[in-house]
Amino acid sequence: MNLVFEKSVPGRRAVRTSPSGVPTTINLKTDFLRESPAELPQLSELDVVRHFTELSRRNFGVDTNFYPLGSCTMKYNPKVAERIASYPGFTHLHPLLPQLRMGGMLTQGALQVLYETDLLLREITAMAGFTMQPMAGAHGELTGIMIMAAYHRDKKNIKTTVLVPDSAHGTNPASAAIAGYKVVSVPSNNKGVMDTDALRKMLNDQVAGIMLTCPNTLGLWEPNIREICDLIHSIDGLAYYDGANLNAIVGKARPGDFGFDIVHLNLHKTFATPHGGGGPGAGPVGVKEKLLDYLPVSIVVKRDDGTYALEYNRPKSIGYIAPFYGNFAVILRAYVYILMLGKDGLRRVAENAVLNANYIKEKLKKHYALAFDVICKHECVFSISKQMAENGIRAIDVAKALMDRGFHPPTVYFPAIVKEAMMIEPTETESKETLDAFIDAMIEIAKLAQTDPEKLKSAPLTTPVCRPDETAAAKNLNIACL
Amino acid sequence: MLAEIGLTMDGLFADVPAELMARSFDLLQGLSEQQVRNQLAELANKNSTNLTCFLGGGFYDHFIPAAVYSIISRSEFYTAYTPYQPELSQGTLQAIYEYQSAICRLTGMEVANASLYDGGTAMYEAMMMALRITERNKVIIDDSVNPIYRVMIHSYTRNLKIQLEQTHSTNGLANREQILAKIDDKTAAVILQNPNFFGCIDDFTDIANAAHQKGALLIVSCYPISLGILKTPGAMGADIVTGEGQSLGMPMSFGGPYLGFMTSRTQYVRKMPGRIVGQTQDKFDRRAYVLTLQAREQHIRRDKATSNICSNEALCALTSLVYLCLLGKDGLKETAQLCADKASYAYQRLTAIPNVKPHFKAKWFFNEFVLDLPREAADLIAKLIEKGFAAGFPLSRYYQNMENSILICVTEKRTKQEIGMLAEALESVL
Repeated sequence: MNLVFEKSVPGRRAVRTSPSGVPTTINLKTDFLRESPAELPQLSELDVVRHFTELSRRNFGVDTNFYPLGSCTMKYNPKVAERIASYPGFTHLHPLLPQLRMGGMLTQGALQVLYETDLLLREITAMAGFTMQPMAGAHGELTGIMIMAAYHRDKKNIKTTVLVPDSAHGTNPASAAIAGYKVVSVPSNNKGVMDTDALRKMLNDQVAGIMLTCPNTLGLWEPNIREICDLIHSIDGLAYYDGANLNAIVGKARPGDFGFDIVHLNLHKTFATPHGGGGPGAGPVGVKEKLLDYLPVSIVVKRDDGTYALEYNRPKSIGYIAPFYGNFAVILRAYVYILMLGKDGLRRVAENAVLNANYIKEKLKKHYALAFDVICKHECVFSISKQMAENGIRAIDVAKALMDRGFHPPTVYFPAIVKEAMMIEPTETESKETLDAFIDAMIEIAKLAQTDPEKLKSAPLTTPVCRPDETAAAKNLNIACL
Repeated sequence: MLAEIGLTMDGLFADVPAELMARSFDLLQGLSEQQVRNQLAELANKNSTNLTCFLGGGFYDHFIPAAVYSIISRSEFYTAYTPYQPELSQGTLQAIYEYQSAICRLTGMEVANASLYDGGTAMYEAMMMALRITERNKVIIDDSVNPIYRVMIHSYTRNLKIQLEQTHSTNGLANREQILAKIDDKTAAVILQNPNFFGCIDDFTDIANAAHQKGALLIVSCYPISLGILKTPGAMGADIVTGEGQSLGMPMSFGGPYLGFMTSRTQYVRKMPGRIVGQTQDKFDRRAYVLTLQAREQHIRRDKATSNICSNEALCALTSLVYLCLLGKDGLKETAQLCADKASYAYQRLTAIPNVKPHFKAKWFFNEFVLDLPREAADLIAKLIEKGFAAGFPLSRYYQNMENSILICVTEKRTKQEIGMLAEALESVL
């Protein structure tokens, strides 16, 4: 398919600008002007609409296909949230209005959304307060680690190290490192959960804290989670909960009750805001009482008269981590989702997410090797190593073969501690019929791996492109058409 | 389903110790769609969105063609995720490649990433990138850079060994004397903004040259609409260019989601943070797009990655691309010219009011300018709100000795009539 630039026709245009009505400016001198206009496409509106419609048809999304991408919680995104996020009362709101004198009164509805989302997330996680500012999960992690650092600085603790399990998402060690900490990896044991004996040996007064998901990235509940938090607290470290996997327990169990001090949530995972092809997301961070003072500037507070205001005077705060109040329109969608699901609905999210994952796990375990054959939470991890050894089939081949059968593949090659990993997260919004069709396709592929492995290696055949050469892409770098 | 796999719901959660199950979960029961829409419509109505907007400060009220929303509302785009599987994501991948191309053409640079969170975090990431490239730790930033971004950078560097030095703008422009004196062989980067926070336009070619002579880099944050007519940071010799992309088709939405963009030079691409899409061929020699240079990223390099970023602002990058395609080569230039013309007209109308004076002697601005009012600006702005205007931003919030100064922004959306009404309203409250 041609690039939008290749479709450009000189002189063609889509948008007519309004008549000016004022004289042309005298306040610009030519030294400050560009020599020639930016070479943007020249197209009609229909040209543009058709180009992007055609591009959209070269995508799989949750609305078009089952998308069991492990660790990403690709659940259905309710349309009502899209509708509400497009209300002009929200979209037309300038973020600097509350910084004007009495300006907070101009944005009471938006401030109320932020305040009430904060309260709801506190109850969901058993935390004392949230910042809504982080604009993605990894941004929440960085914010959380900055809070950890502020806590230790305030207590005059000299801490240099953050512990991260070997099964963690790459963002955990990366976030701790860019916040200035040394990262030490804690091994998993032969049951796929944290090796607490190893953890004990790693504890010393240099340890600032630990970052954990629970259930972990293998989809397994961490059986010693309470003990892990206690151990960290014993050296005045802080326990950080990465909310990537909250969907498994939302409404049923709360990280604050396990002993975690800092939590980030991925609103684009658990709370059904769209993933957008890679963002925008939102990663609010919640903390326990003892860390409230360190939350970023500003915080929405409710005054005695029932109005809402932004509090800027926070001397112990880590400061500004975002220009304003976070990805407001994303937070708004999550707020709508929580209001609509309510108490019982959220609990059923976790139950059905876990049921769907276990259903797939049980139905497929005769055909693929399970990394760990125990009850899983919201996702299950298989290893494709058996087929690989026998017939040269790898996880990537199974993934590509699924595409021809109309499914987005699960996450492959993560977590790295499982060989040829395939991590399946169906989410709660998929029907039994969809799960059965996926299971049938997986079983058919497992059989093909025995009878006709070459066919799998040639997949996919139904997609616009097939196995693009990634090595060539990095070697003969072409990342912009200039 | 439970019966088919021989389990019970309690059994599915048997691994979670009973004492860790939620003791309280005090939420209301769920609402119907009709209830929630009514409730949220009520909240939306509590926000004042009928003010005529002359408020800018880095976040702008531009006109958005209807086709932008129509295209980005296609759920094939917005319900997809990061394009890890290229066969199923050619739509997103090609769009990002086109976005990278468009943003390079706009800024006059050679390489771009797939997006960062916003203009402020993009500036922070550019600074970190410059530290990696130069292996130095001193950074110079002028106070004509958006104060919100400066405080963000301050927060992010608090635990790091970075020597952050601020220079104080003179007469509305970056302070050359101080900047040139501070650039030395420990300097990683100079961070500047054009048009700067006061709306003034500059040409940083001399600062770029001075920085390069000492092996330092120039980082420029810019307002993408202004590049419809203004000299590009690329042409000034900038090494990394960042900015807030909200003005390219995104509504203001009370602060987000927005779009951080970043462009740079080819030789620095391997030090760049974030996703990057590259063109390649598939096994049948068809043109194809993939995520590339992933060895820089957190999912491969973990604590050695160039950044921790994972989810970025892909849908916002798509929005900006669609906007730029709809405006096109001529439309963007005309829009930028309209902003400048209307701002210039507003400047003349407003400075004709007795006791309203330009704050700076520098007379070159794009679509924002600073005026001194006869009384406290914050108070007069509050009075103008009552008359239906978000008249501007009181600079005293971020700058000392500017109690009477107001930053006024005029986009192409404002009409001659609205500008006239603002002038009358201002005169009436003085």
